[in-house]
Amino acid sequence: MALLKDGISEVIDGKRVITKKPELLAPAGNLEKLKIAVHYGADAVFIGGKEFGLRSNADNFSIEEMAEGVAFANKYGARIYVTTNIFAHNENMDGLEEYLQGIEGAGVAGIIVADPLIIETCKRVAPKLEVHLSTQQSLSNWKAVQFWKEEGLERVVLARETSALEIKEMKEKVDIEIETFIHGAMCIAYSGRCVLSNHMTARDSNRGGCCQSCRWDYDLYKLEGSEEAPLFSEEDAPFAMSPKDLKLIESIPQMIEMGIDSLKIEGRMKSIHYVATVVSVYRKVIDAYCADPDNFVIQQEWLDELDKCANRDTAPAFFEGVPGTDEQMFGIHGKKTTFDFVGLVLHYDEQEQIVTLQQRNFFKAGDEVEFFGPEIENFTCKIETIWDEKGNELDAARHPLQIVKFKLDQKVYPSNMMRKGK
Amino acid sequence: MKKPELLVTPSKVSDVLPLIEAGADAFLIGEQTYGIRLAGEFSREDVKQTVQLAHAHHKKVYVAMNAIFHNDRVALLGDYLTFLDGLNVDGVVFGDPAVIMAAKETGVNLNLHWSTETTGTNYYTCNYWGRKGATRAVLAKELNMDSVIDIKENAEVEIEIQVHGMTCMFQSKRTLVGNYFEYQGKQMDVEGRNMEEGLFLHDQERQNKYPIFEDENGTHIMSPNDVCMIDELEEFVDAGIDSFKIDGILKSLSYMTEVTSLYRKAIDLLVTDKEAYEDQKDEWVERIEEIQPVNRSIDTGFFFKETVY
Repeated sequence: MALLKDGISEVIDGKRVITKKPELLAPAGNLEKLKIAVHYGADAVFIGGKEFGLRSNADNFSIEEMAEGVAFANKYGARIYVTTNIFAHNENMDGLEEYLQGIEGAGVAGIIVADPLIIETCKRVAPKLEVHLSTQQSLSNWKAVQFWKEEGLERVVLARETSALEIKEMKEKVDIEIETFIHGAMCIAYSGRCVLSNHMTARDSNRGGCCQSCRWDYDLYKLEGSEEAPLFSEEDAPFAMSPKDLKLIESIPQMIEMGIDSLKIEGRMKSIHYVATVVSVYRKVIDAYCADPDNFVIQQEWLDELDKCANRDTAPAFFEGVPGTDEQMFGIHGKKTTFDFVGLVLHYDEQEQIVTLQQRNFFKAGDEVEFFGPEIENFTCKIETIWDEKGNELDAARHPLQIVKFKLDQKVYPSNMMRKGK
Repeated sequence: MKKPELLVTPSKVSDVLPLIEAGADAFLIGEQTYGIRLAGEFSREDVKQTVQLAHAHHKKVYVAMNAIFHNDRVALLGDYLTFLDGLNVDGVVFGDPAVIMAAKETGVNLNLHWSTETTGTNYYTCNYWGRKGATRAVLAKELNMDSVIDIKENAEVEIEIQVHGMTCMFQSKRTLVGNYFEYQGKQMDVEGRNMEEGLFLHDQERQNKYPIFEDENGTHIMSPNDVCMIDELEEFVDAGIDSFKIDGILKSLSYMTEVTSLYRKAIDLLVTDKEAYEDQKDEWVERIEEIQPVNRSIDTGFFFKETVY
């Protein structure tokens, strides 16, 4: 066994393997999503509490739910982080100490923070919590990374505007854990430096009220004297600043070799189907690369799988340089997903070859469906007769969360998912 | 009673003298490589001349180093700080902690003003940057008057607020205007891209017009109205706010000199003769309304607004 100089890999029995495997960090908007993320292979999950976080529209976790999430994650050796990344106003200071102590008491590993008020309060009242600097600080250079290291932070989440070369230099110059986004929707502004929502809707974007005004359409004009000249013609789509979603699946090998410590998926508002799909694909990519980096090839099926839950077109954003026209969307406000998540497996009876599912979207007898999950290879099949819990035959599963059964000759496991092409 | 400083942003060296005559106490200047959303570009030579001119009249000069720096500009910080220290500028405005690090390493003796535009929202954090070396905090524009006064009461650093002009709503590193032109198949005039004046986004639903421009630091979108607090300064003066800024970005010199002279009168009267201030303040607002640029109304920003989240 020989440790290679890079600190990332070793040669074992003549074959190089990656020994510094990055953390795969997934989002979860509620307890169900947390459990799915962990079950599908996330090493760590970030969640929001009821206060001090930036997604006031998400379900978010009570302290009790955090504790339950931590207990579940512990069984898998996974870590839980809580986002407390608002820029606080004076009035938000009340209750902060108790809140942080509650998070610490729930067994959470760390918090993700932007405001020095919360950083310092946490160090004082909840010292067991790791403190990670949020992307809301738009941390973009190595010297600022050094500053936060000297402040005693364990980890920094970089600005989404940093490129591979820049991250590499930071990693070389400063010994601190670095977390970067690999997948999901992103701000088109420097995070934390946008108050469009405040102006347009009186909702405070930096305290969780962002209403995504950047995704709206505008008309671009030029004022010439007192004349307003339109800078668009009839056939042009309006001015837009909606970025394509980030997708760095093909850069994962490079990120691993750079020694990035945590690879983060965005999306606390996303469904369990989204979380399960994205986590399982990146899990496979990271595991495959780390096991045999020198013979690694990206599989087409992984790329196809990611597309099954895509909400928008995707792009590598800043990882390869400043993004241009092709990384934005004009006249497009997202794309229709190609698959519906239709059922969550609750039970499989091997003897009878009967699957019991919870309905998550309409499906009917005769539909072609696909099953996926961490224990199985994806497979498709045609649904024959559907029964309800009491054994009554149904022509379709129409009701949300309805418990239904049908014949399935391949083995599936609880929490496997069933999806249907549109 | 303490008289707050009247801080303005000139667009070129030749603006400085007229603005001194109009009553400005201090100037914020700089160049795009280090500063953001300035009223004009000031080369090193321009900074030197401005400092000489201002200091000869016992006025102050602050230089902007408040960009969001990427690795490529980090190496430039020390040299620029040393240059500014040599000129005895009265302060350096920063947002990125890399500037604090560079200031320590180079051993310069400069006042540092913390300004991130959007994130100066509570007194604890103002004082935090104070402990890291800042002597002043510039508050976010999205605060109401009560929050501003509460911050001042609890602050261990000087507090600066913007009382007049447009404010920034958004900064992206992407070249959003250029990207739109490219999408349309238009050839972008790269020269013209620098602070091309007069571009705005029309928001049909709100009937608002937001100025937008691109520069070395990306794309900036500005507020639809100009803040104007000339008739509401009393509580700020009573609270002891240290500096009132008039932002001159995208404004003419004639507008700036007139507005500066009105604020000069307002501040002077507030500390000597409040009744006279009360008597005259409505006239000043009317005068400002008369000289507002096409398309731009005045309002009171967030000072009397409640935001939810």
